[in-house]
Amino acid sequence: MTAPLRFHYDIDGENFTSAGEASVKVKKSLRQLGFPQEVIRRVAIAMYEGEINMVIHAEGGWAEVTVYPDRIEIVLCDRGPGIKDVELAMQAGYSTAPEQIRSLGFGAGMGLPNMKANSDTMVIDTKIGVGTTITMTVNVG
Amino acid sequence: MKIREIAEIAGAEVLACEDLVDHEVHSACGSDMMSDVLAFVKEQGLLITGLVNTQVIRTAEMMDMRAVLFVRSKRPTPEILELAKRAEIVVMATPMRMFEACGLIYESGLKGTGLK
Ligand SMILES: Nc1ncnc2c1ncn2[C@@H]1O[C@H](COP(=O)(O)OP(=O)(O)O)[C@@H](O)[C@H]1O
Ligand SMILES: [Mg+2]
Repeated sequence: MTAPLRFHYDIDGENFTSAGEASVKVKKSLRQLGFPQEVIRRVAIAMYEGEINMVIHAEGGWAEVTVYPDRIEIVLCDRGPGIKDVELAMQAGYSTAPEQIRSLGFGAGMGLPNMKANSDTMVIDTKIGVGTTITMTVNVG
Repeated sequence: MKIREIAEIAGAEVLACEDLVDHEVHSACGSDMMSDVLAFVKEQGLLITGLVNTQVIRTAEMMDMRAVLFVRSKRPTPEILELAKRAEIVVMATPMRMFEACGLIYESGLKGTGLK
């Protein structure tokens, strides 16, 4: 069996303008690989919201996307402040983002719930002062 | 409805991907909050917004939208237009306000996307 395809991206935490570039690249790669549009869109939305979070709440980090025959796995890892109360953070509308982020079109507290909605599994591993790793999978078919 | 017709109805100037204005869109949404667009919109179409930054184009790209209409005479930067070209998304700008632009476009037959 051949090894699964794996893509690695560094996420620049200093640059809001470039946030989402990795998701755009993943979307293009999955399209070239011939995945169904609905699968691609779910991966793209989930990863994009995660990437935005890494930039606005943490200091960037890295993303790794692995393509298996039956699923796409997305790992987002940052060395940011961590999430104090994951259950609270998962609630739609909950956000600690400052007003300035809302004026950029994000910070409505919809990111994490939308990542959950677009993935088949989502695990949040977070520690205050250490960072956050979010692992999502999207099933194919 | 063709993107070209939407531009006419909204009195909008086409700023990127003019060659794609004959494409059809079947639904639209109006919002300044990109995370709401990512969470509540389901079908590809048109995004009408008063927000101008690169994330508007990325959001439209993630959602497989074909066109973005900027309201209130907001001028997208060359960087935004470049991103749109690469994503093959038509960019338009109108002096109209959000409510007015949405109202006229809706009245002309383009509907909302409904809830997920
Ligand atoms: N990578 C992260 N690092 C630290 N905190 C995070 C991270 N992602 C999310 N959070 C926290 O969870 C909250 C909810 O996230 P989300 O649902 O994406 O909403 P928003 O990003 O709009 O605030 C954020 O406001 C923030 O407090
Ligand atoms: Mg978020």
